Amino acid sequence: MDLSIFGYQFMQNAILSAFLGGIACATIGVFVVLMHMPFIGVCMSHAAFAGALLGLWLGFNPLIGAFALSLLSAAIIGPLADRGQLNPETSVGVIFSLMLGLAFLFMGLMPGTKSGALELLWGSILTNTRSDIILLGVVTVVVVGLVTIFYKEIQATIFHRDMALAVGIPATLALYGILFLTGATITVSLRSIGGLLIFSLILNPAAAAYQLTYNMKRMFLLSAGFGVLSGWIGLLFSYLFNIPSGATIVVTSSVIFMIAAIFSPKRKVKGWQQKPLVEAK
Amino acid sequence: MNNAVINIKDAVVSYREDIALRGVSFSVRAGEFVGIIGPNGAGKTTLLTIVNGLGKLLAGRVWVLGDYLTPGNGHSLRKKVGYVPQAENIDPRMPMNVREVVMIGRYGLLGLLRRPGKRDWKIVDEMLELVGMTHLAQRPIGHLSGGEQQRVAIARCLAQEPELFLLDEPTASLDWKAKTDILELVKLIHNLRRLTTLFVTHDLSSLPIACDRMVLMREGLIWGEGSPEELLTDGNLSQLYDIPVSAVKKRRNEAILV
Repeated sequence: MDLSIFGYQFMQNAILSAFLGGIACATIGVFVVLMHMPFIGVCMSHAAFAGALLGLWLGFNPLIGAFALSLLSAAIIGPLADRGQLNPETSVGVIFSLMLGLAFLFMGLMPGTKSGALELLWGSILTNTRSDIILLGVVTVVVVGLVTIFYKEIQATIFHRDMALAVGIPATLALYGILFLTGATITVSLRSIGGLLIFSLILNPAAAAYQLTYNMKRMFLLSAGFGVLSGWIGLLFSYLFNIPSGATIVVTSSVIFMIAAIFSPKRKVKGWQQKPLVEAK
Repeated sequence: MNNAVINIKDAVVSYREDIALRGVSFSVRAGEFVGIIGPNGAGKTTLLTIVNGLGKLLAGRVWVLGDYLTPGNGHSLRKKVGYVPQAENIDPRMPMNVREVVMIGRYGLLGLLRRPGKRDWKIVDEMLELVGMTHLAQRPIGHLSGGEQQRVAIARCLAQEPELFLLDEPTASLDWKAKTDILELVKLIHNLRRLTTLFVTHDLSSLPIACDRMVLMREGLIWGEGSPEELLTDGNLSQLYDIPVSAVKKRRNEAILV
């Protein structure tokens, strides 16, 4: 196997992007999995995709469009889910389909070639530039830093939001903070992984970690590890078989999830619960 | 009222179009054990939410532990008020153990940027012992039965070292044995610590008769107040729950009051 390719600048950029994006996405994923809000994440990723296309169409920075629209979708869904006025799944479904519709509308309205739009759809980690990496690095440091500093508030909010509120923790602020970080992470990873695939890199590593541990700190670490591993193995396969990297990264993360699910000790939850009965005899 | 810790005057609370409290006045003395009963939708839970600063007042005044409740101070008030909600389904795979969940009770007191220290863990372990859950301290929280989870909720609430102890239907959806155990535990805690306790339930059979005073609620209003003996007459209950006196008598024979 000729691995001299890894000596090139663009490949090193890709490896670094996969490392940073893997950590940021997988950390956000822990919130998405434990707070049971996969639909909110999926909706925000498609909103970011639509926002980026709006930027491309109207000629402003696609990242600004992506960030604005994903936050806008969170601002609409967050309070709906918060107040429990509507079944959140229903409202998220409506907004999700609207965002996808808008994305294709903007793509249709765009004059000239659509290569920029397709890149946002599939992702192109191999063309990441230094400034992309700096942005990704900043967001990753902010995400990991905030989780470390506010770990106990986050842990309580994840466990039970009303209960966290009742002991005097600003749980509503924590929830909106988490949604804000989700928007930022999706935005800076959009170019590397692609609008249609980014959500898998958020969900899969965390879902795999969720299968394997009963310790929340360990779940954050495992999830980040799986995120980075998905990125690196995906890049390697992308290079070896000459196929799109966004797709190989996402498929790798799905395979990691399947392996974790098969070997999950939590599949024996029933056995655990019955244990005290056996001991009592 | 002398040494009152809660003083509510003409409180009105509304959720969207529904009025949950229609002008309720109510006060509680330090160390009192008050049982609040009434049918579903009577405003019992709402009454608790204005005591711990989570409910929004439309009109009236709420004075709790020395301060009038304003939209800004609910947050600091909640650190002094322990709240045990109804048993809820917890994700069986939640990556937290019993000890960590009880520690959440101390998080509000600790404040931002401070991590739990030795003293905090010591308090957590003492509370686990008080509720008889030491042997399950390392167990994932989702693996506990409903009754065990309520014990953990009570331990979490006490770890907060609260000045008020609010329980909102803590025995709903529990079986008879677990229900009796929780009621005994609440009684024990009240006797040990003389903690001012408000106990809400719609179910007469899960009301500890250790209550000093009972409050009957119906349709957002306080409908009666007094000692359990004078208030829980067949006639009163028949009116409160809208059922004939004969049905109350029948149910009374079935219900076992603790």
